[in-house]
Amino acid sequence: MDTMPKWADVILIPLINLILALLVSGLVVLYIGENPIEAIGILLDGAVGSTRGWGYTLFYATNFIFTGLAVSVAFHARLFNIGGEGQAAIGGLGVALVSLSVNWPHWTVALPFAILGGAVFGAAWAAIPAYLQARRGSHIVITTIMFNFIASALLVYLLVNVLKVPGSMAPETAAFPKGAHLPNAYEVLGWFGIPFNKFAPLNIAFLLAVICCFGVWALIWRTRLGYEIRAYGHSEAAAVYAGIRPFRITMIAMLISGALAGLMGINAVMGEAERLVIDSVQGAGFVGIAVALMGRSHPLGVFLAAILFGILTQGGIELEFEIPAVSREMILVIQALVILFTGALENMVRMPVEKLFLRLKKKAG
Amino acid sequence: MAMQTTEGRPDAAALSTEPAIELVGISKAFGPVQANKDISIRVMPGTIHGIIGENGAGKSTLMSILYGFYKADAGEVLIRGQKTEIPNSQAAISAGIGMVFQHFKLVENFTVLENVVLGAESGARLTPSLAKARKLLVELAREYELNVNPDALIEDIGVGMQQRVEILKALYRQAEILILDEPTGVLTPAEADHLFRILKGLKEQGKTIILITHKLREIMEVTDTVSVMRRGEMTATVKTAETSPEHLAELMVGRKVLLRVDKKPATPGKTVLEVENLSVTDIDGVQRLKDVCLNVRAGEILGVAGVAGNGQSELLAALGGITAGTGHVRLNGEEIDLTGRFSDGQSRRARGISHVPEDRQRLGLIMDFMAWENTAFGYHHDPAYQKSRLLMDNDAIRADTAKKMERFDVRPPDPRLKAKSFSGGNQQKLVLAREIERNPDLLLVGQPTRGVDIGAIEFIHQQIVALRDQGKAILLVSVELDEILSLSDRIAVMFDGQIMGERLPAQTDEKELGMMMAGMLKGG
Repeated sequence: MDTMPKWADVILIPLINLILALLVSGLVVLYIGENPIEAIGILLDGAVGSTRGWGYTLFYATNFIFTGLAVSVAFHARLFNIGGEGQAAIGGLGVALVSLSVNWPHWTVALPFAILGGAVFGAAWAAIPAYLQARRGSHIVITTIMFNFIASALLVYLLVNVLKVPGSMAPETAAFPKGAHLPNAYEVLGWFGIPFNKFAPLNIAFLLAVICCFGVWALIWRTRLGYEIRAYGHSEAAAVYAGIRPFRITMIAMLISGALAGLMGINAVMGEAERLVIDSVQGAGFVGIAVALMGRSHPLGVFLAAILFGILTQGGIELEFEIPAVSREMILVIQALVILFTGALENMVRMPVEKLFLRLKKKAG
Repeated sequence: MAMQTTEGRPDAAALSTEPAIELVGISKAFGPVQANKDISIRVMPGTIHGIIGENGAGKSTLMSILYGFYKADAGEVLIRGQKTEIPNSQAAISAGIGMVFQHFKLVENFTVLENVVLGAESGARLTPSLAKARKLLVELAREYELNVNPDALIEDIGVGMQQRVEILKALYRQAEILILDEPTGVLTPAEADHLFRILKGLKEQGKTIILITHKLREIMEVTDTVSVMRRGEMTATVKTAETSPEHLAELMVGRKVLLRVDKKPATPGKTVLEVENLSVTDIDGVQRLKDVCLNVRAGEILGVAGVAGNGQSELLAALGGITAGTGHVRLNGEEIDLTGRFSDGQSRRARGISHVPEDRQRLGLIMDFMAWENTAFGYHHDPAYQKSRLLMDNDAIRADTAKKMERFDVRPPDPRLKAKSFSGGNQQKLVLAREIERNPDLLLVGQPTRGVDIGAIEFIHQQIVALRDQGKAILLVSVELDEILSLSDRIAVMFDGQIMGERLPAQTDEKELGMMMAGMLKGG
C-alpha cells in the first residue's frame, strides 16, 4: 500500500531535504562569520538573477543532465557506473577528433557526426568495465573508477604529446573550425528576437540534453529493452527465469550509459571551449551520481536536479567572488551537504513525513 | 459470518490452575495494517496449545510480541499470573520462554555443544561452561529423548537434528514455555512424527508448548487446545478433541472449504515430456541432479515428492531454462537444448513450456513491478504486447492483465497495483494466470500453494486439474505430501538428486513415501 501521495514522494521530500541542507550550510556560513541570508541572496542572484547567470547555470546543468542520465540508465540495471567522469572525458576526445577531422561546412552537418563521435567513444570506454563485470564478475564500481584515472592519464598524454598544436605551450588541441561552432543561446534566441547575454556558454547542446531526457524516459518505460533493463535491475534471478540474458543487459545498459556520458563533450568541448583542453569534465561525472540519486533515476528528476546543481555551481562561483571569506572549498561543502541530505539522509526525512501522512489519512478516514 | 467461540468460559478444572501464559487485549499495528487486534488467549501449563491461521493472519506477530521482538501497542502479558514486560528477547528468556524459529539460528561451523552454550556462558572462561553444559545436555537428552551428538558440527547434521539442537538450546536456558514456529516445514514425515513424540514427552514433564502452524493435520495430532486466527483477530479457541479439520478450516477462512481435491481419473495420452539421464552440477561442483529419468504424458499430473533441497529445485530450473544441464530432454519427441544458445527461458516458452517457479517472490514476480508488468514477464516478446518494433503496447498488456485477473479471481483486480501489495495467494494466482493462460503443452509448477491461504489453495488446485483435463502435461513439485497425494496421477520421489522410484497415489501412503523421501527405501 502506498502510504504517501506521489507528489509528496517526488517533490515534497526532496524540497525538505534541500531546505535542511541549506539550513546547515547557513550555519557553516554563520560559523565563518558571514551573513547566510546575504550569502544565499548572492548565490541565487548570481545563478538566476540575470540572463548571464541563467546562461551559465543552464550550461552547467546541461553537463549534469548528460552525466546524470548516464548514471540513471545504469542504475536501472542495478549497475553503479561511477565512471561518468572518464567516459565524458573520452567522449570529449571523440567529439574533438570529429570536429577537427574535417573542415565542416556548417554546424548542422558537424553536429550529428560529433554526437556519434562522443557517444561511440564514451560507450567504448564503458564497454571494457561492462565486459569485465558481465563475463568475469569484476565489480563495476571498482573498474569504472579505475577507468577514470586511466582516461585522465590518457588525455594528458594525448594532449601533451600528440594533439597539442606544434609550438604552443598549452596542452590543448587547435581551435575547432568555424563550421563546427554550435550556436549559443545568444544566437539561437536572437533568431526569435529575444535578447540574451552574449558571452554565456549556454548552447544548443541544452536542447540535445532535453531530447536525451525524453529518449531515456521512452527507453526505460516504453520499450522492450527498457523493460528488460528494469527487470534485470530489480532481480537478476527473476530476469534469468524470464529468459533475459544478464550478459546482454549488462553490456547494453553500460554502453548506453557510457554514450550518454560521452555526449557531455558536445556541450563542454564543442559548445563551450571549441577545443579539447585538459580536464574538460571538471567533476561533472561525479556530480552526475548525485543528480541521478536526487532525481531518483527518473529523467524529469534528473533534469530538475541538474538545474539545482547548475544553480549551486554557478551561484557558488559568484559567491566565492563576492565574499572572499567563502572559499571554493566552502562551495564544495555546501554541495556536499545537498548530496548528503538528498542522497544519504533521505530516509531521515522520509519516515516522519510518511508518519505525518498516515496520521492525516487516519484523521480523514 | 458469526463465529462461535468458547473463549472466556473456562471450565472448573482450568480455574484451579493459573495459566502459564495469558495475553490480554494485545493489539499491534504496522502503519495502516492492524496485525493483531485485541487478542486474548490463555495457555494452561502442561498443555500443547496450537495457534493456526493463514499466512498474514498475525500469528508470527503475536509470537514476536511474546518474545520481545515487537512492542505491543496495547494489552498485557501475564506469565504465571504475573504481569510481565518483555522489552527484548533476553527478558523473554529470563521469563522462561524459549523460541524455536522456522529458520534455525545456529552457527554452522560450531558444534552442537557450542551452539547450545552460545550466549549463555557461565563465565569468561569457556572450558568450565562447556563441561557443565555437556553434563546438562546429556541429562536433558536422556530425559526428553532428544538424542544428539554434542560434538557434531551443525553443518554435518540434518535439519531434524538441527531442530532438536534449537529445542535443547531453549531447555538449556530453562525454558518452561516453548514456542515452535512452523516446525515441520523442513522435516520428513518420519522426522515430524519424532518431533511430535518429543513434544508430547516435554508436555508430560510439565512444559507448556505453543505450536504455530498452518497444517491442520498437525493441530489435530498433537494439540490439546487450538486457537484460530484470522485477519489479526482471534476468532476462536476450541478444545482439539471437540473440533474437526473441516471446522477449523472454516474458522480460518471464514467460509466452507473443500479440503480434498475434486478430480476425475486421468486419461493420459501421448508422452509429452521425456527426461533421460538429466544431471545438473552447481557452481561449487556439487552434483545436484543425478541421471534423472522421468516422463510426463498429456492429461497427466506427475507429482515429484521430496524433502526440500533434494534436487527438485534443480529439476525445475533445468527444465525451465534457468540452469544448464546434461543428458536428454525431449518435448513431444523433439530434443531440447540444455546448454547452448537456445537453453534460456525464452526458448522454453517458445516451445510451449510454462513454468510456475517454486519461489514466486524471488523468481516468478518482480515485487516492485505492477501487476500488468508482471503479466508480461517472460512473455514480453509476445507480438500482442508490442505497439511497434521498438515500443511495447502497455495499454494492451493492461487490458490483458485485467482479463486474466478476472478469470483467476485476483483481488484486488487492479493491474496497476505492485506485486508486493498483493497477498501470497493473489500473487500466486497472478503467476498461475500468466503461465496457464498461455495454454502450454507442459506446465512446470513448483510449490503451487506455499504460503498461500486455504481459500486460495482450493482455487489453485482446481486450475491445475482443469489444465490437466484439457490434455496438458503437468510436472508438479511440492514438499507438501498431502498436496502430492491429492493432486498427482503418478508420484515420483526424489532423494539426494535421484529419483527413488515411482508410485501410484492409490497404491501408496505417506509412510511409504516418507521412507523413500528419507532415502531408506528404493523401488521402481
